Amino acid sequence: MSSFAPALGQVAVLVLALAIAVPLLGRYLAHVYTSPKHLAVERASYRVLRVDPDADQHWRTYAMSVLGFSLMGVLLLFGLGRLQDHLPLSLGFPGLPSDGAWNTAVSFVTNTNWQWYSGEATTGHLMQMSGLTVQNFVSAGVGMAVAAAFARALSRNRQEGRIGNFWTDLVRTVLRVLLPISLVAAVVLVLLGVVQNFLEPVVVHTLTGGVQDITGGPVASQEAIKELGTNGGGFYNANSAHPFENPTPVSDIVEIFLLLVIPFAMAWAFGIIVGDRRQGGAILAVMAVLWGAAVGLLTWAEMAAPGTAPGLAGGAMEGKEVRFGEAASALFASSTTGTSTGAVNAMHDSLTAPGGGVALFNMMLGEVAPGGVGSGLYGMLMLAVVTVFLAGLMVGRTPEYLGKKIGQREISLVAFYVLTTPVLVLVGGAIGLTAADGLAGLLNSGPHGLSEGLYAVTSASNNNGSAFAGITSGTPFWNTLLGLCMLFGRFLPMVFVLALAGLFARSQKLPPSAGTLPTHRPLFVVLLSGVAVVVVGLTYVPVLVLGPIVESLS
Amino acid sequence: MSDLFALFRHSLAGLRVMIAATLLLGVAYPLVVTGIAQVAFPWQAQGSLVTATGGHTTDAGDAVGSALLGQLAGGEDADRLFRNRPSAAGDGYDPLSSYGSNLGPENPDLIAAIEKRKAEIARREGVDPSDVPPDAVTASGSGLDPDISVAYADLQVARVAEATGLTEDVVRRLVDEHTSGRTWGVLGEPRVHVLELNIAVRVLAGS
Repeated sequence: MSSFAPALGQVAVLVLALAIAVPLLGRYLAHVYTSPKHLAVERASYRVLRVDPDADQHWRTYAMSVLGFSLMGVLLLFGLGRLQDHLPLSLGFPGLPSDGAWNTAVSFVTNTNWQWYSGEATTGHLMQMSGLTVQNFVSAGVGMAVAAAFARALSRNRQEGRIGNFWTDLVRTVLRVLLPISLVAAVVLVLLGVVQNFLEPVVVHTLTGGVQDITGGPVASQEAIKELGTNGGGFYNANSAHPFENPTPVSDIVEIFLLLVIPFAMAWAFGIIVGDRRQGGAILAVMAVLWGAAVGLLTWAEMAAPGTAPGLAGGAMEGKEVRFGEAASALFASSTTGTSTGAVNAMHDSLTAPGGGVALFNMMLGEVAPGGVGSGLYGMLMLAVVTVFLAGLMVGRTPEYLGKKIGQREISLVAFYVLTTPVLVLVGGAIGLTAADGLAGLLNSGPHGLSEGLYAVTSASNNNGSAFAGITSGTPFWNTLLGLCMLFGRFLPMVFVLALAGLFARSQKLPPSAGTLPTHRPLFVVLLSGVAVVVVGLTYVPVLVLGPIVESLS
Repeated sequence: MSDLFALFRHSLAGLRVMIAATLLLGVAYPLVVTGIAQVAFPWQAQGSLVTATGGHTTDAGDAVGSALLGQLAGGEDADRLFRNRPSAAGDGYDPLSSYGSNLGPENPDLIAAIEKRKAEIARREGVDPSDVPPDAVTASGSGLDPDISVAYADLQVARVAEATGLTEDVVRRLVDEHTSGRTWGVLGEPRVHVLELNIAVRVLAGS
């Protein structure tokens, strides 16, 4: 149904919009994270909240603030879920079970938005707007704050491990960036057809004398930040495939734009913060290359429609909406897995075997193409350090990145970072796919069943949140396992990033010498792209062979 | 110990920030968006409801459905209506359980379902099974897909014309009127809005 020219055309529309918005937003973000001035409303809120906005925090203090804040987020959301039946606007739904409330609390605080439940049948309007929507903002803010702190640390010279102020970064991110953009985007989405009300489901009598329950809710306000903050948790079970969340091809491209714009703009802002735009350009280029490759491959897979069922039907339309077709579904799928969003406008479980494999690989990259808001930037910078380290080994010189020497302690932290998610994915996957309670949740069998379980732990550990949704994960076993994957997958890497930021802020910034590997040239872009793919490849090839690759060849 | 104490102190600050964030982002923000939406775009905000004559309404009591949601065909009138796609949402087109089938490309249940649907549709429309388009035999992602492809609509024109007594040319003209092309020539896919088309057919056929 999709044809080649329009498929290319919609990518061109998207790229054009991003090419205009990313430099502007990037420059603005750099200002937000470096300006010493506070807005009046910010100064007032710091007084009320009793935090010192000008304290230059040591990385340990910064990390404590991140963890303390996130801990409170988990506890509040857990409580809201457990108690929703005693609160207004619950739509008559009971409180969440303890394993489900734990999973959801961790899921939204870690910016994952994995959903074991069906929104229209589990969560009332208050839980959605005062619990989930709030975390959509602040979990995104935490990620961006940490990335900003890391970028600032790289720009500093001998500053005792001080990297900025978490509360200032968080408040500025929310008030100056996320809230204004979400407000505009939410109104645009309503104009395009997304619902925004506080109705309980109302019954209409259809043309044929049947009945249909029309669901309501404050959907547009959640949809906007769900995409902008690379969160991805749908108001409804069908997520952005639901016509009330994503009614037209225009709303679809708006949503894809929203979920890509901050991750790319953060790379641009990085260049400005470290005082060399070309460095940000190189990071952005690597993100764009990897994203473009994923879009190309996934679009090819869905339009070529290999496999028995797509072949029989004449096209890969199972799980896809007619208004989007194969091409727009593939564009969304590659963008939502390349960022850590995890919203879906088509069911990934029903993607073709190679298409589903690309989505899986995209997440395994560690969410760096272009990644989550904030986490995409610091994830890619970790890989950049690996790259200069490897290049340094080849020529036998002490590697450095942006004038910072990469010594034993630095590279150890990077190694911990790079190994955390693969350990979680492979160990978690092994547990999930051998335990009887784990296997009981799978809908499909054979290689596709393996992909289903693997996709779940990959999505959770990398804080993506999309699913091969045939899996029944609302069980104590999966809720607990995936909750742990999400928690460790978010905060362990974050602590390693902050620790490395501390080391960089303390060390001397060396001027480049003749032996320094330039990190802004095309050669480095190629090298870094290669490292990203090879690191994942070496880690995950065996399990990818058993899942999507076997299925593709069968 | 000192680390634990520090974490506690930061958690208290975190609690204060979370309470403020909940009031601002979890109460004020959605209320402001709702206010703007209800004033500026009330029809969309309430779910794009349509009446039996195709008018817009914000009152569910006057509506026969939402322009954005597909419906289950059934009853004695079924032959007079264009059919939506197969649906995995509850018993079909149930907004209380929106979803796709989530069956993979090699799943035997899916393969069997596609074969069965193909044969049924070919029999119903009096065409060869190879003429049945892909969207007609596959369930959508939401289970609520309001649209069908132009090919699937074309396939149903003859049956609807015969059942309603309208000429095929008239029915085909109605299909054209309720077809959207790609936005700006590139976004999405051409599609036929089934509920609005069925309303137009009923109005013209007078039933």
